[in-house]
Amino acid sequence: MELICPAGTPAALHDAVGAGADAIYCGFNDETNARNFPGLNFNREEMRDSIAHAHRYGVKVLVAINTFARAGNVDLWRRAVDDAVECEADALIVADVGVMDYVARTHPQQRLHVSVQAAAANPDSIRFYVESFGAKRVVLPRVLSVPEIAAITREVDCETEVFIFGGLCVMEEGRCSLSSYATGKSPNMDGVCSPAGAIQYREENGALISRLGNFTINKFAKGEAAAYPTLCKGRYQTDEGCGYLFEDPASLDATTMLPELRKAKVSALKIEGRQRGRAYIERVVKTFRHALIALEEGRPIPADELNGLSEGQSTTVGAYKKTWR
Amino acid sequence: MPVALASRVLPLLPLQLLLGICLREIRSRHPRIFDRLGSHTGKRYGLDPTDLPLAFVLEPRRMNPRVTVVRTLPPGVDARIAGPLSALIGMTDGSYDGDALFFSRDIQIDGDMEAVVALRNAIDDSRVDFLAESVAWLGPLATPIERLLRGLVAPPSFRQEMGVGGGG
Repeated sequence: MELICPAGTPAALHDAVGAGADAIYCGFNDETNARNFPGLNFNREEMRDSIAHAHRYGVKVLVAINTFARAGNVDLWRRAVDDAVECEADALIVADVGVMDYVARTHPQQRLHVSVQAAAANPDSIRFYVESFGAKRVVLPRVLSVPEIAAITREVDCETEVFIFGGLCVMEEGRCSLSSYATGKSPNMDGVCSPAGAIQYREENGALISRLGNFTINKFAKGEAAAYPTLCKGRYQTDEGCGYLFEDPASLDATTMLPELRKAKVSALKIEGRQRGRAYIERVVKTFRHALIALEEGRPIPADELNGLSEGQSTTVGAYKKTWR
Repeated sequence: MPVALASRVLPLLPLQLLLGICLREIRSRHPRIFDRLGSHTGKRYGLDPTDLPLAFVLEPRRMNPRVTVVRTLPPGVDARIAGPLSALIGMTDGSYDGDALFFSRDIQIDGDMEAVVALRNAIDDSRVDFLAESVAWLGPLATPIERLLRGLVAPPSFRQEMGVGGGG
């Protein structure tokens, strides 16, 4: 199974190469990619140089052009496609059918992956992307159990890729409007979930209060682990009491599921976190590289090594084990 | 902490001069920082080491970057980043992940979050090493003094407690 690692900057890409990535995904510094954060991402020259660097070490680079193009302004997305191809990207990760169509028609030799943002969560949907645009791989949404992943992988004529670590979207990806509702900006159209410009933090008697737009998202007691101020992981006051209605603030960690994911015949394992620093990239990539070596050699796989890097300082296997069913 | 003790009694001017040299070195060696900061080069950042009786106001202007050493942060900074000195330095040299330090409540941030995120990303990409840059002008003495400073500001036990860092 290929280890697919994030990089938000050229330095992070270099570190991911050194830490044992098989492939690295990254994006341009504009709204064509779903991590369009201030100071993050690659300009054209950095992309070209970074891909060349990765290739020198036998590491592939997958360029994420995975937001949805706006009617009347598709040129930005088409230019990103053309430039990524020119930079010799090994694959493009795309969510929008219009952009996929452009890739298939204009660059028929370019390898195409279906982004998690496309929310292709069943064989019919995946078959559409494979037959219409020649997609070679689909990144599965984080709403499927491992048996469901295995069933899909058996049925489709392309590779499957799944997330194994990092920030966890609990909604069907590419369809979530919570950030848009609260701030007017979304990962789907603007490349930002809960944009930094709409976030406020305030300390009050040792407690940390986080706000997104006009909404108070959480109040963390003194010493309590904090989390990103996203609506899906907010703490809500209801008639039943106060708590996390949708999802606890926790990161995905599928270390313990690696043997089952291998049995499910997934082709690639993805680490989330292009917005994270080099310390995160290096540590997480090395940890999973060692885990995959242990899996290959039939040794026990160390677990829970990455809690300190996780949102809320806790982890979950998410939908991979649907314990609520 | 010896650094805290020293900074309580020593005048701020020599430190300010030293940091000015450091900042000029960074400007010439790491110009990409300013590209990544974009419009945030005009912001004023308050850097507040909570284990020292002083703080810094950073103005990362492309042509004339400036850092001012103060006893307490003045009102009106655009963003404030507070935490132990070793955490603040560790974030700049890639030892610590800023988000993890935030989750663990080891650092506090407030103010303009876009400015904070841009600064974090710009510095993380630059691989700037503030300790090394601040002593580079000392020539042959730079290496031993840098080693001494690292021992003072980043005791190994801190890294273990954080559960983050470059190892693994």
